[in-house]
Amino acid sequence: MTLRYSQDHEYVRLEGAVGTIGISRYAQEQLGDVVFVELPQVGASVTRGDEVAVVESVKAASEIYAPVSGTIVEVNDKLADEPGLINTDPVAAGWIFKIEVADTGEFESLMDEAAYADHTA
Amino acid sequence: MGDTPPTDLRKTPLFDRHVALGGRMVDFAGYALPVQYAGIVAEHRHTREAASLFDVSHMGQLVFSGPDHATTVGWLEKVVPADLASLAPGEMRYTVLLNDKGGIEDDLIVTRPAEGYAEDGVMFAVVNGARKAHDLRYLQRVFEGELRAEMRPDLALIALQGPKAAGVLADLTDATDDLGFMQSAPATLGGIETYLSRSGYTGEDGFEISLENADAVALFDLLIAHPAVEPAGLGARDSLRLEAGLCLYGHDMTEETDPVSASLLFSMGRERRKTGGFAGFEAIGKALSEGPATRRVGIRFQGRQPVREGAELLDESGQTVGHVTSGGFAPTLEAPIAMGYVRADLASPGQAISAAVRGKIIPGQVVRTPFVPNTYVRKTSK
Repeated sequence: MTLRYSQDHEYVRLEGAVGTIGISRYAQEQLGDVVFVELPQVGASVTRGDEVAVVESVKAASEIYAPVSGTIVEVNDKLADEPGLINTDPVAAGWIFKIEVADTGEFESLMDEAAYADHTA
Repeated sequence: MGDTPPTDLRKTPLFDRHVALGGRMVDFAGYALPVQYAGIVAEHRHTREAASLFDVSHMGQLVFSGPDHATTVGWLEKVVPADLASLAPGEMRYTVLLNDKGGIEDDLIVTRPAEGYAEDGVMFAVVNGARKAHDLRYLQRVFEGELRAEMRPDLALIALQGPKAAGVLADLTDATDDLGFMQSAPATLGGIETYLSRSGYTGEDGFEISLENADAVALFDLLIAHPAVEPAGLGARDSLRLEAGLCLYGHDMTEETDPVSASLLFSMGRERRKTGGFAGFEAIGKALSEGPATRRVGIRFQGRQPVREGAELLDESGQTVGHVTSGGFAPTLEAPIAMGYVRADLASPGQAISAAVRGKIIPGQVVRTPFVPNTYVRKTSK
């Protein structure tokens, strides 16, 4: 399953029309211990670049932007009790929300693994 | 999201050690210092359970020299409200440096050197790194050339903090046996001459070790080699001091805050609160007799969402009654805590106070500080 990344270090994993979004391994390392996640409302319609969630570490609060436009269809409720999943397993159990993607072209325009590796080098 | 890599920053003698241990270096008071190594929460917990090593060499180490104790103290007491005259050799006292309006220019610890370590009339002080040049200029103006004050940039400062700190040092010296909280003595550690204070900024038992810059790496290596000791950075230092209810200068107190509003009555001598004779006493005496308009309090919030510096504090009717000056997630309590200033009539423990964060109201209440009980080891002076 391929991941694509935004400039702001969110990843998107696309399955059919639904994109699963979280923050990259690099981003969680930079943030440090995550202690709280503010999740978006299911049903909300968002535009690429909108601030949709906030991930808070001991150190700081960090906004999470929608890397693609669409409708929020699911949020990871597990993060309420286990925000540390973002540190331990950012690209699987630590996902944050899912978007039904309006335009898969937006997904295609995001960075692939190689481009993202360059971006964070 | 990442930290800006520090450029043109001053380095402490331990810079290479921080980098070698994987420290993430940031700008702090103009110095390149590690915000973390393994992670803030892990370092925080290790400090509460074992012992952590902190490089605090950015702090200003000052030496005052006058002809005798009474004369030196006389000059210092013009601008600090603590009773320094009664300090026995080796004893230390936390206090504040005041301006004419009663505002706090800095907070500091003043030490009367241990018997035989320095001549009578010599006093030491440790001040905040970001304020050290300012403090020295201010003090030199106050002293009118009558009391010598000098900075010691040739000295490093290493803090060993945590319940196992005393045991780690006991393997190297017997100087700690008689030393209680806020007492100091010279000690030779692995052949290195140091001046040891039982004090710190974490709420734990622990020591601050002053020594020549040239010896800092050797002592750091000696202490870090102990299996109980891990390095800790500025992030853990901040979360530890917040849990301990200790103020951070420039945040929890400033040139505009007086020690009464800042809930720092203990920084002032009991008698001196009545007799004055220090800068700003007019304003401070008034705050003491009439009560301050606002007061620094500790607040514990419900849930997990951190309430950080700058957040507005609200009373039960939703009125703004103050703001947060330091706040975050307390790793020991696994809860959000903060310090802030509220209207003085709302400063009692149990008072409901909420905070506004990104449009959301987070309920909480005023609690006594420290948030986490301190574990200082007190001993009577000999």
